[in-house]
Amino acid sequence: MSVAAADAFVEAELTERRHGFRSRWYRTPAFVAGIVIVGTVLGLAILAPVIAPYDPTKQDLQNILQNPSGKHWLGTDQLGRDVWSRMLYAARIDLRVGFLAVLLPFLIGTTLGAIAGYYGRFGDTIISRLAEIVVAFPFYVLVIAMVFVLGPGTRNIYLAVTAVGWVSYMRIIRGEVLVQKRQEYTLAAQAAGLSNARIIIRHLIPNVITQAIVFAMSDIVLDILLIVTLGYLGLGIQPPTPDWGTMIADGQTFLTVKWQLSTIPGMAVVITGLGLSLIGDGLADLLRPE
Amino acid sequence: MSDGPILEVRDLRVELPLSRGTVHAVDGASISVAPGQAFGLVGESGCGKSMTLRAIMGLLPRPGHIVGGEVLFEGEDLVTASPGRLRQIRGGSIAMIFQEPMTALNPVMRVGDQIAEAPQVHLGLSRTSARERALDLMRRVGIPDPVRRARAYPHELSGGLRQRIMIAIALSCDPKLILCDEPTTALDVTIQDQILKLLLNLRREFGVSVVFVTHDLAVVAETCEQLAVMYAGQIVETGSVDEVFRAPRHPYTLGLLRSVPDFDSVQDSLASIQGAPPDLVMPPPGCRFHPRCPFAQEDCISGEFPLRPLSAGRATACIHPDAPAADVERMPVVADV
Repeated sequence: MSVAAADAFVEAELTERRHGFRSRWYRTPAFVAGIVIVGTVLGLAILAPVIAPYDPTKQDLQNILQNPSGKHWLGTDQLGRDVWSRMLYAARIDLRVGFLAVLLPFLIGTTLGAIAGYYGRFGDTIISRLAEIVVAFPFYVLVIAMVFVLGPGTRNIYLAVTAVGWVSYMRIIRGEVLVQKRQEYTLAAQAAGLSNARIIIRHLIPNVITQAIVFAMSDIVLDILLIVTLGYLGLGIQPPTPDWGTMIADGQTFLTVKWQLSTIPGMAVVITGLGLSLIGDGLADLLRPE
Repeated sequence: MSDGPILEVRDLRVELPLSRGTVHAVDGASISVAPGQAFGLVGESGCGKSMTLRAIMGLLPRPGHIVGGEVLFEGEDLVTASPGRLRQIRGGSIAMIFQEPMTALNPVMRVGDQIAEAPQVHLGLSRTSARERALDLMRRVGIPDPVRRARAYPHELSGGLRQRIMIAIALSCDPKLILCDEPTTALDVTIQDQILKLLLNLRREFGVSVVFVTHDLAVVAETCEQLAVMYAGQIVETGSVDEVFRAPRHPYTLGLLRSVPDFDSVQDSLASIQGAPPDLVMPPPGCRFHPRCPFAQEDCISGEFPLRPLSAGRATACIHPDAPAADVERMPVVADV
């Protein structure tokens, strides 16, 4: 059989490209750097109860506003609480809320986007108009208004972010599905008698989900910033639970005397955001179809 | 059941409402395919042959829809069948092979899983036995080292191998009828030949009927027993491949046969049919081919031109069927396309 000739060629190609992602990820500097940064922050957050030298909420009014020292690595705040311990515990809550606040919009947006893109017609009209209503308001204003109405706290932050955040995922997935459903493989799947649900879940979603995953990485950054902003406005995580936003807000009163109180949590936000953005960029490179 | 046609399309009409007017993509097409037969549907691009195929499957692109006629598969009308019943038939009893195997395969799914999917849905096979079946099918369509290839993604395979995967998918649920939409057009000539031979062998082995939609007369000559020639949404001539190729009874068929390059007698230019195919929003009155027909007469300009039977199994829409026949005697068409 003369397939043999073509075969030898395919053979070489196969072995080279087979494990494309697995063999290339460590050669993408942005991705590696992002993993290292986020991994470190995540590790510190997880190990907080073990490595934090003090209880993050324990006040010590004898030793307020101390400079960094061997006893308190990053000093103490206006209530004498150890800043380093508070930073570690704050990472726990901020990262958790950041990741979870992305999960629900991701799932809802992807589902609605796939439905709108695949079926079109009436469902598409309703979903798209709904999305337009949501984006007609500025993101922060809407979330802040919702948290204000619902009351502060993590559960209400999730609700508010979900109510607004699904729109981005819906639009990304809808656009991609519109393109992919015109591809012949969708027609081939229909011609093979597969159900619409199966075509969407098994054939279309795997082809379009990359874009949403990459966006989710930068969305986590936005959500962490949002929580920090809400915390700064007093609508976020309620004291005494430590959180970077509240720490920045509390510290600004002492900005002229103890600049590190606001700056250190600010730096943590920047570094975490940078790490997540780098992962997003790296993923976009790695998952780009060949 | 075995003596009646497996597929019968009667007076099928498909319309596409567009902003500049309604396109009459298929206008009263009728074909009949016997069990185990290889049937060729031939015509230029845009003559409605692919639309006919997609109408049979009930998968017309929006806003196209069937406005009349019947598609009888084993006596059951598919036009009026419920969506659930259609899904059962698609992939189960009727399978389809596409022109471009690169785009017709899911790029992010392993080819083995793609072959195994339909048997899981239609035959209720378990994951493991569907996998076994996929490997067996890959072996039967001539894919070497199927265990390893099954784990490959489409972009890792060559065009020929991809088309073999498509064929394996089409065969995966033991269909009775396979519809091929230009199955070899996107392939190299040497691979084309392999794929056609494979399809022929499998047709014999599985006893399945095959409909080839193509513009390539060589493909029809090599593979089919019966053919229908389509022009501007209508069937203009039908008959056995031997007879039609030897003595075409429609000037359009004659033109098609003449425009196949003959490498035995090299000429300066390739014979072509004058003019362009008509706009299907406003097709010409009378015989749709008359503006391009070298034999056109007064009576070709108006009236209806349905297929008229000539002899057993032969029919033509031309009302002067002897004109092209006489012309062949004067100047024979190439002997073996």
